[in-house]
Amino acid sequence: MKKEKRIIGKVLMILMILFFYLPIVFMIIFSFNESKSLTNFTGFSFNWYEKLFQNRDMMESLYVTITVAVIATAVSTLVGTISAIGLSKSSKIVKKIMMQLNDFPIMNPEIVTAIGLMLLFITFHIERGFMTMLLAHITFCIPYVILSVMPKIRSLDPNLADAAMDLGATPWQALTKVLVPQIMPGIISGALIAFTMSFDDFIISYFVTGGGVKNLSIMVYTMSKRVNPTINAISTLVVVLITIVLVIINVVPLIKSRREKKDEKVIN
Amino acid sequence: MKRFSQLAWPYMIWVVLMILLPMLLILVYSLTTSGNEIVNFTFTFAHFQKFFTDPDFLLVLWRSLTIAVKTTIICVILGYPVAYFIARSSDRVRNILVLAITLPMWINMLVRTYAWIGILSDGGIAQTILGFFGLKDMELLYTEGSVLLGMVYNFIPFMILQINTSLCKMDKSLLEASADLGANKVQTFLRVTFPLSLSGVVSGITLVFLPAVSSFFIPKLLGGGQFFLIGNVIENQFITVGEWNFGSAISMIMAVIMMVCMYAIRKIDEHNSGGGNQES
Repeated sequence: MKKEKRIIGKVLMILMILFFYLPIVFMIIFSFNESKSLTNFTGFSFNWYEKLFQNRDMMESLYVTITVAVIATAVSTLVGTISAIGLSKSSKIVKKIMMQLNDFPIMNPEIVTAIGLMLLFITFHIERGFMTMLLAHITFCIPYVILSVMPKIRSLDPNLADAAMDLGATPWQALTKVLVPQIMPGIISGALIAFTMSFDDFIISYFVTGGGVKNLSIMVYTMSKRVNPTINAISTLVVVLITIVLVIINVVPLIKSRREKKDEKVIN
Repeated sequence: MKRFSQLAWPYMIWVVLMILLPMLLILVYSLTTSGNEIVNFTFTFAHFQKFFTDPDFLLVLWRSLTIAVKTTIICVILGYPVAYFIARSSDRVRNILVLAITLPMWINMLVRTYAWIGILSDGGIAQTILGFFGLKDMELLYTEGSVLLGMVYNFIPFMILQINTSLCKMDKSLLEASADLGANKVQTFLRVTFPLSLSGVVSGITLVFLPAVSSFFIPKLLGGGQFFLIGNVIENQFITVGEWNFGSAISMIMAVIMMVCMYAIRKIDEHNSGGGNQES
């Protein structure tokens, strides 16, 4: 009876994994297809990659996506961390109100956040383009950074900064040499969430940019109205890119911890 | 240490300008006539009236809610056993499986949804596979089914991960206790495991239902413009028609409906876990 159950579970699990990966594998395979067809694989070729690299709009959208993601991640990580530290020392009521407001972009349907920002830019006659996209991305990234840094701060001894300053550290030193290193894991995971949120964003970017500037998602959306295998090619590139980032994220801490262990051995 | 509290001031200004003000603007736009400047505007309820008296809009709203409910139900039914299987695996296998489910989420939702077009289109592999079972030339793409599939595909990982977390957090000795007290496997599951994992199911439901109601690129890509949902109507009003006031009104309606749903789901959850002491 028990074994039978495990078999059913296993089959379901395998089907689910297939379900998750089928479209991705399919996309990668057909990015190498010779013809335009999305259903028949007629032969191996790099046609679509050539087309992709010749297509300036597409390359530019890739550039926009990466630039916005990098800047938005850097700014929101910095601001988010500083604000989280500030909020942890604020009065209870301020903290409560701010955390509620901070939840807005996370809890609201994305389309509502998108429309709100679009109306903001329209009302104040701010020309929609790269800058508005960047501002919007920073706006929805900061809350995630704060949410991932906050618990780390809460687990710290509240007197830590005072102790550092009693021992002669300036407030700046207490912040950068004592507080920040302690909450580093939270900052890093916040930055990672911010990067993926920004890199993947479609809805908010779509509403806050006015046609001129496009990120990858907007590009895919506008091109998907017709059959266009270059989408498969650029998607495959993105998959490769994300895989590299993920490998780096997972491998770097491993190497670091190994090196630290080595250092410990040397010291001992 | 009060000095550090000043660090939050810039963000407070930012929150007011970039989070609070946009929300207020939606409200203002939804209640005013079009063609207004910020300085002078006329209040009106016409946009809300227009929405609630037009059967077409109400039908779209109904359709969005029903497809979101269907998506959520499918996600619970398929996601629960998978989450259960993951939670009952050894630590190493569990980590690998969780990673396998999280990995595709790193890839753009739009891109992954687009990939389904090729699979589902006429003569694609989905039709070929169905052909083996005697279901020849079934229309797959641009139907309600394909939209539903796209939604389940995009949102079920959230459900699995939430349920899995709540199952893993459960105290294993409770299961032994239940067995010691004479309950069989089915009774233990129904009386102990399932009720304890309900909080995971509830947070999974919110993570699936909310984005499903408001999603607009999944119906657009996999429904081919035939299958309009509330998100598409909002997009249309803002991008194509340029009726920002009416679009804002629809967004307000959607936001309110969602808040009510969230509140109801939470209340049910609190009721089940015995009077809502999660706050403490």
